[in-house]
Amino acid sequence: MTSCFEKIKNGFVGYFGNIKRGFKPKYYINYAVITLFLIINIISQPKTSTTTLLANIGIAIILAVSLNLVVGFLGELSLGHAGFMCIGAYIGTFISNQIFNTIGSKVVVLILTMIIGGLVAAIFGYIVGFSALRLKGDYLAIVTLAFGEIVRNICMNIPAFGGAIGLKNPHRYGNNLYIVAFVMVLVMLILIQNLIRSKHGRAITAIRDNEIAARAMGINVTYYKLFAFVLSAFFAGVAGVLYGSFNSIIKYGDFSFNKSIEILVMVVLGGMGSINGSIIAAALITFINTFLQNKLPGDLSALRLLVYALILMVVVIFNNAPALSKYKDKYSLSALYKKIYAKITDKLYAKHPDKKQAIIKDDSASWSSIPTKIKMDEVLSTDINTSETLPGGNENDIDTEGKRDE
Amino acid sequence: MSTLIDGLSLGSVYALIALGYTMVYGIAKMLNFAHGDIIMVGSYAIFTTMSLCGFPLVAILVAVVVCTLLGIAIEKVAYKPLRGASPLAVLITAIGVSYLLQGIAQLIYGSTSKPVTIINMGNFQIGNSTVRVSSIVTLVVGAILMVILTLFINMTKTGRAMIAVSEDRGAAELMGINVNKIISITFAIGSALAAAASVCYLFQIPSTMPTLGAMPGIKAFTAAVIGGIGSIPGAVIGGVLLGVIENVCKSTPLSPFTTAIEFGLLIVILLVKPTGILGKKRREKV
Repeated sequence: MTSCFEKIKNGFVGYFGNIKRGFKPKYYINYAVITLFLIINIISQPKTSTTTLLANIGIAIILAVSLNLVVGFLGELSLGHAGFMCIGAYIGTFISNQIFNTIGSKVVVLILTMIIGGLVAAIFGYIVGFSALRLKGDYLAIVTLAFGEIVRNICMNIPAFGGAIGLKNPHRYGNNLYIVAFVMVLVMLILIQNLIRSKHGRAITAIRDNEIAARAMGINVTYYKLFAFVLSAFFAGVAGVLYGSFNSIIKYGDFSFNKSIEILVMVVLGGMGSINGSIIAAALITFINTFLQNKLPGDLSALRLLVYALILMVVVIFNNAPALSKYKDKYSLSALYKKIYAKITDKLYAKHPDKKQAIIKDDSASWSSIPTKIKMDEVLSTDINTSETLPGGNENDIDTEGKRDE
Repeated sequence: MSTLIDGLSLGSVYALIALGYTMVYGIAKMLNFAHGDIIMVGSYAIFTTMSLCGFPLVAILVAVVVCTLLGIAIEKVAYKPLRGASPLAVLITAIGVSYLLQGIAQLIYGSTSKPVTIINMGNFQIGNSTVRVSSIVTLVVGAILMVILTLFINMTKTGRAMIAVSEDRGAAELMGINVNKIISITFAIGSALAAAASVCYLFQIPSTMPTLGAMPGIKAFTAAVIGGIGSIPGAVIGGVLLGVIENVCKSTPLSPFTTAIEFGLLIVILLVKPTGILGKKRREKV
């Protein structure tokens, strides 16, 4: 009993350990900014169109940051994030329709459905995570894609979920949903950012950087992969519940492959492995979406597709092309930030150069974007079921060589 | 009977698309997500030429030329700068190209579907079931192209160079093979196959729209993965299997769940045999 208590206590100390290790303002600045933003909005009593936009932004931030946990930090491409959202939205709305009359309070119902929807999505995240243990790279991407389509297809055909018409939601949460959404954003940020900077987060980034080395260092790869997938799915489910409680009808068409790509665009634009980047990109893209939807009639909405496509291609090629790395070091935003930061610190510490703090360069959980370090050859030469075949594999190697010699 | 033949012909369309996927994956080691949209571009090329001059043969030729050039252009602009970068980056760029093509098509032609009739071939009777002539033509065209492709890869110098590049790019380069040129040729052949697939697809479903390529593209990729990606017979087996399953499912009470069954099959096969039915295992290097 005591050892169990000790374990939990140690876990908490490890989890929030960075608070003890010293207060770093840059770790807390986004909580402050979001809280301030929320307070200003509550005071100014915004119009309905603004609250709609804000709620959508909050949902998009939850989706983007949770996807970033899998894509940016674990290094596995997931194309089925909308599938988890779909589960959350349908389950949440279905349950809220069932229990609304017995409970009555909208907030309590919303919180309950968020927990239930998130947990159900997390169970599915566990299932998808299992395939992530056996598959890598492109194969995993296509399985997650398949998962998203399966979920959508099944939700469409369950009679209790309204079939092709969609699930009706008579108890729509009012315009104040954006407050709940942003509180959820804060909760999620505190959880995920502390996770990333804890021992567990470093284990996850270690798996991304080199899975074999991580395993050799004693990291439980199975556990952490499942953990990242489950956590990411949980928050996608929560975002789905929020999305469901915001709309008066839930249609399966809202959770198509394109939605998954939209979330991926946010993650890529913000920088894989950068949580603040995801937040900014999610807000920006949701804003552009809403703005263009109102301005562009009919077929001109294709311009939105073009904007997405160009953002994806330009950002990815600029960030990853080996030939362009020179320009990247010169002109990218993070390079600019570093330059300004260096200038400021130089001026501040001009009189006391000895007090100037050393800049930690290899902080894997730092907020500037981390390039995914998966080398092409490594991924391609990687056997898919790694753990069991290593010793036997060597014998086989010798055999084939012997045959060649003959 | 007619369900089975329709399934086989749909399967050979999938197999043709899957061949393009599998060739590009096997040689350039990348997942060309835009492949489905090259099919869409091919169908629009046919639509435009048919409405301009009306000769089916010219339209098919134009589609093949347009798709081939497009494939090479995409490779040069979007994928070549990323050679040596992480596969995740290449995959995301490919998704970007796919969106770009869809967006351009929607801007030019609009999002509504356009009817395209290449040749009206009619039906005939076998026993007491009606069979469409177009299904048989699709089957035959598919089979001929697959045989030609297999011969090309195994018999010609370029084909052998492709095998060499797919096995070990560095060693192939040392042997004097121009890897960039081979990859360009691969994209050209893959895109020409996509044009052929778009012709066959239009035989089956005579209308086109900007998102035409998306779903067949994903399904054909599923087929390629089921068969073992990188393997040409694997792509054919996977494509035909998927086509037959799709059409058989559609004629049973399970038809609303067809998509779920197809993708479920993919997940089950990948979990049981992660490299697909005919895929080769790669050994892990530390």
